[in-house]
Amino acid sequence: MEFVFLFEQVLNGLLIGAYYLLIALGLSLIFSLGGIVNLAHGAFYAIGAYLAVTLAPYIGFSGAFVAAPVLVGLLGIVIERFLLRRFYRADPILSLLLTFGLAMVAEQALRMIYGAAPVPFSIPLALRGQIFIGDFLLSQYRLMILAVAALCVIGLWLLLQRTYFGRVVRAGVQNPDMVGALGISLRPYMSAVVAIAVGLAALAGVMLAPITGVHPAMGAEILTFAFVVVIIGGLGSFWGVVLAAIIVGVVRGIAAYFFPPATEASVYLLMLLVLLLRPRGLFGERIAKFE
Amino acid sequence: MTELPRITRRGALLGAAAVLAAPAISHAQSDVVRIGHLTPRTGFLGPLGEFAVQAAQLAADEVNAAGGINGRKLEMLFEDSVNPQTASAKAERYIKRDNVTCIVGEISSASALAIGQVVQRERALFINTGANSDALRGSDCRKTMFHVEGQNSMYVKAVGRALLDKGLIKGKKAYALTADYAFGHDLLKVARRFMEQNGGSIGSDDLVPTDLTDFSPFMLKLRQARPDVVVVNLAGAQITNFLKQYSEYGLRFPVAGFGFDTALAWGAGKGNFLGTWPTMWHHLLDNPAAKQFTADFRKRFGKPPENQAWGDYNAVKIIAKSMTDLKSVDPMKVVEHLESGAKFDVLKEREAYFRARDHQLMTTMYAITALPPEKQTDPYDIFTSSGPIPGPDESLEAIASTPEEATCTFPS
Repeated sequence: MEFVFLFEQVLNGLLIGAYYLLIALGLSLIFSLGGIVNLAHGAFYAIGAYLAVTLAPYIGFSGAFVAAPVLVGLLGIVIERFLLRRFYRADPILSLLLTFGLAMVAEQALRMIYGAAPVPFSIPLALRGQIFIGDFLLSQYRLMILAVAALCVIGLWLLLQRTYFGRVVRAGVQNPDMVGALGISLRPYMSAVVAIAVGLAALAGVMLAPITGVHPAMGAEILTFAFVVVIIGGLGSFWGVVLAAIIVGVVRGIAAYFFPPATEASVYLLMLLVLLLRPRGLFGERIAKFE
Repeated sequence: MTELPRITRRGALLGAAAVLAAPAISHAQSDVVRIGHLTPRTGFLGPLGEFAVQAAQLAADEVNAAGGINGRKLEMLFEDSVNPQTASAKAERYIKRDNVTCIVGEISSASALAIGQVVQRERALFINTGANSDALRGSDCRKTMFHVEGQNSMYVKAVGRALLDKGLIKGKKAYALTADYAFGHDLLKVARRFMEQNGGSIGSDDLVPTDLTDFSPFMLKLRQARPDVVVVNLAGAQITNFLKQYSEYGLRFPVAGFGFDTALAWGAGKGNFLGTWPTMWHHLLDNPAAKQFTADFRKRFGKPPENQAWGDYNAVKIIAKSMTDLKSVDPMKVVEHLESGAKFDVLKEREAYFRARDHQLMTTMYAITALPPEKQTDPYDIFTSSGPIPGPDESLEAIASTPEEATCTFPS
């Protein structure tokens, strides 16, 4: 019996991994290509959630599901064009300060517009419900999140591996100077990558808004975890991040089962362990420009 | 003995760093009375801090509109208390640099404890408006610290009566989820005592980290344990997350909250609020003063006030009234006045007073029960309320901690 419940927690952990995945992948992309540690990434997640709350009464949840990531993606292009672009080759501390500042501005702006109290938002009726498989209880809505996250992962992988766009981006990660020497400007690619990355964060915001409190600090809450996932997975590694998100979800579930006070701490312990054994993370690559 | 270090510290302050602060101090003496408001405005308690700040501002404006304190204007300063370390540093700065006559606010029991240490050292007045821990009224009580917020014992005994009526205590086995910090630990202790005294028990309990947002592992554990009742000892944004996910997983065990803030239920969204919860005050109370406050607050901030707003509004009003009645802003005189059992109108059926023994405000509470999901049509009117607890014929002390449960000896 004990084993069944533990297995249920492991399955649930896989689902939770999907949360972190969408945010961590974008974070990893922006860092790999631009060398920018985007501390404002959580803010885009929060903006996505608030947009869902704002737009849903007019265009429904499904409308917001499409519109919010697109709008946030456009916002990402503007921010890349006028702010991030200046810092790709600068001392990393500068972009850290910039994105940290952006995160605070965004959080405070949300607080000023919507207030500090959580704004109400529920799961759309059509997506509510639970699925029982034998002894297991699964939330229907979370299965939908998992499906969407899986589609995003596959789509992103195909984009990066199977298209011209992806080849340029991967080349730009390894050796931007050579890409430039070949006469390809990385600028439009960088804009597109940032748009995709923050769009994914916004998508995560839309999907989590019905099951977690929509309040101004929600971005800061999830960002730390996304970072931990990227670090465990290894910078620059696509599948490393995917695997790390799943492991983090599972470890959390097991910790909650055996020793609840360490539910969150377990993830940091895991990071410590991984870094001790594999300083580059699970599948971290050598990226010449960061050495 | 105690005077000596104060003089040297003040001397050092003036000598070294207070060139800028000195004009502010002399300025403050004459025409304004300052209250330093200090409460979490960010983090998991931030959602409540906003109500606190708005209500304190509303109260101060009303005091000033009515002529201020003995003709002096009441000036409010506002700060985010963030965490116990920052709360302590900002409290000290309020007292030494801004020369406030009183500190009002706080929600976190851990931060209130830190502020309590500062006001004890500086002999300054502190009105706690949101920290519930019994220890603040017991082992950590202070001569200059007063509590408008109810203590955990009051919360547990108030909602406990409603739960006894519903048959959710006697012979029942509870599963408790408890916020893993000072407030939660204290509340779990009090809740366990109450359950056991009334023939129930807490079968399992989990301490939940305060930064946890995903409760799904705990939902599975609840389903596995099949408790008779789920006891929620959580705080801040966690309550919203818990409510949303409890309803997401479709669990049906009755929910009993032992700590609560209405704003967190409002934030959960349509049909997600369930269970029975305690509160110091809510916006549906049917007395003229409460209705007036609700209308004024709503007009100014576009939403009804809740229990946290009630706390900070009354704290400012109580301080202003006391200082006006005394014609003095001397903290020790105010302490004496409050300890003497002075009565205050706190927007309820009965007047309230501070208990001299531990400085807890003696006032009624209410148990609110969520309407069925399909009846939660208004975004704010999502619950029904019990009558006042204790009832009209009972002593207000009936739900407060007994001397055996929490012993306070004020340190000198």
